Amino acid sequence: MKTTHRFVRHRLPLALSAFSAALTALTLPASALADYSWNFPPPVTPIARDTLNIHNEFMLIITGIFVVVFAIMAYSMFKHRKSVGHQPAKFTGPMGRLQWIWALVPFAILLFIDFVVMGIPAFHAVIEMEDTKTKADMVLKITGMQWKWQYEYPESGVKFISNMSTPRDQIANKEAKGENYLLEVDNEVVLPVDKKVRILLTSTDVIHTWWVPQFGVKRDAIPGFLRETWVRIEEPGVYRGQCAELCGKDHGFMPVVVRAVPEPEYAAWIEKKKAEQEAAAAGSDKTWSKDELLAKGKEVYEAQCSACHQPDGKGIPPAFPALSGSKIVLGPLLSPEGKLIRDSHVDRVLNGKEGTAMQAFKATLNDVELAAVITYERNALGNSKGDLIQPAQIKALR
Amino acid sequence: MAQTHAAIETTHPSDHPPGTHYFVPQPSLYPFILSGGMFLLALGFILFMNKFAAGSWIMLAGTGVILTVVVRWFGRIIHESQTGSYREWEDKSFRYGMIWFILSEVAFFAAFFGALFYVRNISVPDLLTMLPRHDFTLYPEYKDLLWPASGGGPKGIAFTPMGAWGIPAINTALLLSSGATITWAHWALLKNNRTQLNLGLFLTIALGVVFLGFQGYEYYHAYTELGLTMGAGVYGATFFMLTGFHGFHVTLGTIMLMVIYGRCLKGHFTANRHFAFEGVAWYWHFVDVVWLGLFIMVYWL
Amino acid sequence: MSHATTAPHETHHDAHYPGGIMRWLTTTNHKDIGSMYLTFALIMFFVGGAMILAVRAELFQPGLQLMQPEFFNQLIGIHALVMIFAALMPAATGFANWQIPLMIGAPDMALPRINNWGFWLLPPAAILLTLPFLLAVFGIGDGALNTGWTMYAPLSVQGGIGVDFAIFSIHILGISSILGSINVIVTIFNLRAPGMTMMKLPIFCWGWLITAFLLIATIPVLAGAVTMLLTDRHFGTHFFNAAGGGDPILFQHLFWFFGHPEVYILLLPVWGLMPHVLATFSRKPMYGYKAQVYSFIAIGLLSVVVWAHHFFTAGLPVPALLYFMYSTMAISLPLAVLFFCWIATMWKGAMSFETPMLFAQGFIIMFGVAGLTGLVLADVAADAQYHHSYFVIAHFHYALFAGGIMGVMTGVYYWLPKWTGYMYDEKLGKLHFWLTVISFNLTFMPQFFLGLAGMPRRIPDYALQFTEFNAISTVGAMILGFSQLIFAWNIWKCARGHANGLAPAEGRAWEGATGLEWELSSPPPHHSWEVQPDLRQPGA
Ligand code: HEA
Ligand code: HEA
Ligand code: HEC
Ligand code: CUA
Ligand SMILES: [Cu+2]
Repeated sequence: MKTTHRFVRHRLPLALSAFSAALTALTLPASALADYSWNFPPPVTPIARDTLNIHNEFMLIITGIFVVVFAIMAYSMFKHRKSVGHQPAKFTGPMGRLQWIWALVPFAILLFIDFVVMGIPAFHAVIEMEDTKTKADMVLKITGMQWKWQYEYPESGVKFISNMSTPRDQIANKEAKGENYLLEVDNEVVLPVDKKVRILLTSTDVIHTWWVPQFGVKRDAIPGFLRETWVRIEEPGVYRGQCAELCGKDHGFMPVVVRAVPEPEYAAWIEKKKAEQEAAAAGSDKTWSKDELLAKGKEVYEAQCSACHQPDGKGIPPAFPALSGSKIVLGPLLSPEGKLIRDSHVDRVLNGKEGTAMQAFKATLNDVELAAVITYERNALGNSKGDLIQPAQIKALR
Repeated sequence: MAQTHAAIETTHPSDHPPGTHYFVPQPSLYPFILSGGMFLLALGFILFMNKFAAGSWIMLAGTGVILTVVVRWFGRIIHESQTGSYREWEDKSFRYGMIWFILSEVAFFAAFFGALFYVRNISVPDLLTMLPRHDFTLYPEYKDLLWPASGGGPKGIAFTPMGAWGIPAINTALLLSSGATITWAHWALLKNNRTQLNLGLFLTIALGVVFLGFQGYEYYHAYTELGLTMGAGVYGATFFMLTGFHGFHVTLGTIMLMVIYGRCLKGHFTANRHFAFEGVAWYWHFVDVVWLGLFIMVYWL
Repeated sequence: MSHATTAPHETHHDAHYPGGIMRWLTTTNHKDIGSMYLTFALIMFFVGGAMILAVRAELFQPGLQLMQPEFFNQLIGIHALVMIFAALMPAATGFANWQIPLMIGAPDMALPRINNWGFWLLPPAAILLTLPFLLAVFGIGDGALNTGWTMYAPLSVQGGIGVDFAIFSIHILGISSILGSINVIVTIFNLRAPGMTMMKLPIFCWGWLITAFLLIATIPVLAGAVTMLLTDRHFGTHFFNAAGGGDPILFQHLFWFFGHPEVYILLLPVWGLMPHVLATFSRKPMYGYKAQVYSFIAIGLLSVVVWAHHFFTAGLPVPALLYFMYSTMAISLPLAVLFFCWIATMWKGAMSFETPMLFAQGFIIMFGVAGLTGLVLADVAADAQYHHSYFVIAHFHYALFAGGIMGVMTGVYYWLPKWTGYMYDEKLGKLHFWLTVISFNLTFMPQFFLGLAGMPRRIPDYALQFTEFNAISTVGAMILGFSQLIFAWNIWKCARGHANGLAPAEGRAWEGATGLEWELSSPPPHHSWEVQPDLRQPGA
């Protein structure tokens, strides 16, 4: 653990530190602090380090208060028992100067602890945490949606969705659980080390919270609003976290995985992503065969839709409607002029439905994916409508 | 059940001769039935909103139960009052009770005023200034608007806000004068001038009814001509919730005034013992004050 | 002194009072109503507990074993609402009903019929809360409220019929609380024995008085919030939707404007009864009466200005963060006064350790853990790490169970002899105490570490590194849950003390007890203080 402490200036007076050091020795064996299953996981950002230090300091203080206060109580319980013949006193309040001092000193100590010992470092930490803009090197935009994260690098236009990749069979105990059970995703978000990354957060449906314990960062993604936070990751590695705000059925299955790499590696990764994205966009203009669409559609369906509509398309009514035999899915595709029909299958998938979990997928999927998944739904999952829609048609609707 | 009930309610006015002990009413089934009625009303409403056919019937049943019990319960109280069960001591309990009840109503309205304050000063400005604060915005079109135009929200529908100096100003005058007439009636009661008392109450009720009529018209106007609906952004939402709950309270107050009026016509109340009258008057003043708040915060500013 | 007779219940039944079930449906007697509140609370405690035992069983091992996430989400939220609104609050109201008239020398509560109404609103509310579980079994709707007890929009806007049920349940519970509060306030203001000035009011009544003020100030705000939620759900408003200029955070402000004071609403009655118990078993007058009264008032005032510490991570502006952090920390000052007074009440007394005293002391120590961890939660920077993790769950179970429920148990054991006329079984009581404290700590201490290690709350399944602590916690919870059956059995035994051959209780059931309630027989006569005691004469 690095120990460049930001708040050295505001440390407790010497006496208090000595006192807390003594307490540490007594209450928390040194090994316990190092063994992180009893404490925060190892910090890798300046904020996480501050938070850990503040937390450790506070824990010492409150353990100290706890021990002192309840030692007094225990002493009394032992000494002032009826069974040892203690005669009850009669006082009902402080009498005499000494007792007033006794009554007021703890009060003064507490005041000092609250607003000086705890209050000042907290003040500085808050200011630091909220300063997202100063000297930021890059921006990462994160959008929470039920139940996946979308990451976007505005500078390079790279944009992708990150879904949990733990197989459902592991969750259902039908298969042995892997090492990173529930904390693994298909697309990790990659960030450069030692850069200040300004993070913009929003959501498309309900509130989600982006949390990586080792970053000391937890910030809500509020639908329709923007929130900010920042990280500067100091060590390369893979860092895992989870959504921390109840966001519905699969709230527990919405992990965050960040891979921190050295700058050049990061640049290479961005280039690769960009190339992939361009290739995909080119697909919109080509004409796809039905089989190609169906194959692609199955892939998209299983990644994006099956959490709600279920792999077999039966849904979980009434919350999540079945797509098998759905009137909307089996309805007309487009109007004769090639325009969108309100509340049709295409409209629902592109624009979602306000106030329900069904989100507007045109913001997250590309033309090919949309065309493929719509075609797939009409011709699989027990449906056999027989028609198909081309990516170019979707493109025209945007 | 009904029979036992009636028996319980009527045969034993009080354990003790009046004047020596605090009045503890005999056992009563009204509270239990009233709770049952409220259960039905709530259940019915939930089913109704979720489009179950049975909903409206259950609601109707609940309303029926509630109305019946309320009428009989209050009848019982009036009877106890007229037969001398209550004296200064009990009277004082009712007064305290009424004051704290009104305070809880104040807190209820505070929630909606708080929401109005919040959207005007926090959320709407937040949305309007998203670009300068984050160097990025979700709503490129939504900026440089002032309340109430901004109250439709970034993706709201167009509407015309309600001006203050038409009907709302008249309504303010109506409610303020009704506050005066009820005080005038109260003075009359204190002087034992029954004609002035009855007239004052009648005028108050009339003003209340006219107020409600105007408000109904205003709503009609808003919906049909201004495009101002519950769905018209947070402006519409706060407008209708605040004025709507206020209107609902005026309705309740008017009904209460009517009951009091009926009792006055029957010659109830004396110059020094008339808690029911005073309780209703306090309630009316409370409704009045809320309106002033509405007029200033919702219509005017 | 004691007017206790061998068959206490018979003596009050003169011919006018209906017997059987009608007695309970129609009663206007504060003691009957108090008993109903307490019985209801006990039943709902088991209902809420059974729900969470199912949750703990699911969390015993990683993977989904017993239930799907949808159902899990319903269980945790309803567990919380049941425990808070249908167990802890009714228990406190039960105490108020039984004790306030006895303690202030009143014949009954001031508004007895309203009092009965307040109680009878509870069962319908509890039914509304849990009915959707049953309806879902019959294919109607998709189950109960699935958003956690906080009902944050827009998740609750999206939710199913269970949300509507919860909204109306909350409305009815709210009306019940307001009625109860009005009754408490009026009784205390208007029915005190002559000569009992406010500064001679028993401290328990002070605790409840502040509770009642807080309820009247905050419950209607919650009612307003859920009403807005209802119109957002069904009537097209945009209070919590940015598209129309609203804000999901508005809901959080409104909810916690109620929700934070609520935690003091839950505990003030307990803080009120503690000094009585401590003084009784220390055989010494309580310490710092006035200081405690002023602390109650200070807590009441501070509690309504600190609410936003529940959503520090929602992105409040920096000045707001700082303000809510420092104001929250300030609450530790009046609470330190209370701790000081509790300990000073015991200091140099002649203590004995009957069950109520054990619970009181267990309460002080474990509520100390809750309060001190609350203090660190108030720190914005550290809260980013604690928020919505199991650290918070552990914090508030130390407050709600060890503070609230164990506080209520303290009161129940303390006053049970007064209420039933019999001494409860002391051996069972002690057994109950030790099983409860040990298994309680076994359940919730590991949750602090889970939270620190990064386990979020409200998840039905977790990563492998959290396995051991969760397993321990589940074992603890099972022992804790089943230990409570001893409590229920002890109460049942005591209530039927005659049949069980228990010793009848004296009027002054405890050697060191002082206060008006102990001047009456155990159980007290039908109209508690038919003639008010006159405290104006010295010695009366
Ligand atoms: C009865 C219940 C109860 C009580 C009493 C408290 C008491 C306190 N709580 Fe707690 N709290 C809850 C119930 C309670 N809480 C619940 C239910 C939640 C979560 C809700 C949810 O999200 O679902 C919560 C969550 C919660 C949070 C939000 C955490 C988060 O979600 O991120 C915070 C943050 O500030 C907080 C703080 C406090 C503080 C400062 C107190 C203070 O009142 C504590 C004051 C006490 C002390 C400070 C101890 C007293 C002093 C001594 C022992 C010694 C004296 C010392 C000397 C003499 C020197 N609580
Ligand atoms: C007064 C309040 C109160 C009380 C008393 C309790 C009591 C308990 N609580 Fe609860 N709890 C909350 C308030 C409370 N809780 C709140 C507010 C939340 C937050 C919810 C949210 O996130 O929205 C919560 C959430 C919560 C969680 C987190 C869930 C999650 O986030 O995923 C857990 C997990 O362990 C938990 C556990 C327990 C346990 C083990 C008890 C034990 O004390 C229970 C003891 C058990 C019993 C008393 C049951 C005994 C029953 C039997 C033995 C069955 C016998 C049957 C019959 C006789 C019919 N609670
Ligand atoms: C987070 C949950 C969720 C996800 C993921 C999801 N849907 Fe939906 N979907 C819903 C809900 C809820 C509705 C019902 C909306 C309503 O009330 O009309 C719905 C409705 C639909 C309908 C209309 C069905 C009908 O009969 O009403 C279609 C078609 C549909 N979704 C397609 C998709 C496709 C394609 C995807 C993936 C690309 C997808 N959904 C992903 C939740 C989801
Ligand atoms: Cu997303 Cu929880
Ligand atoms: Cu709080």
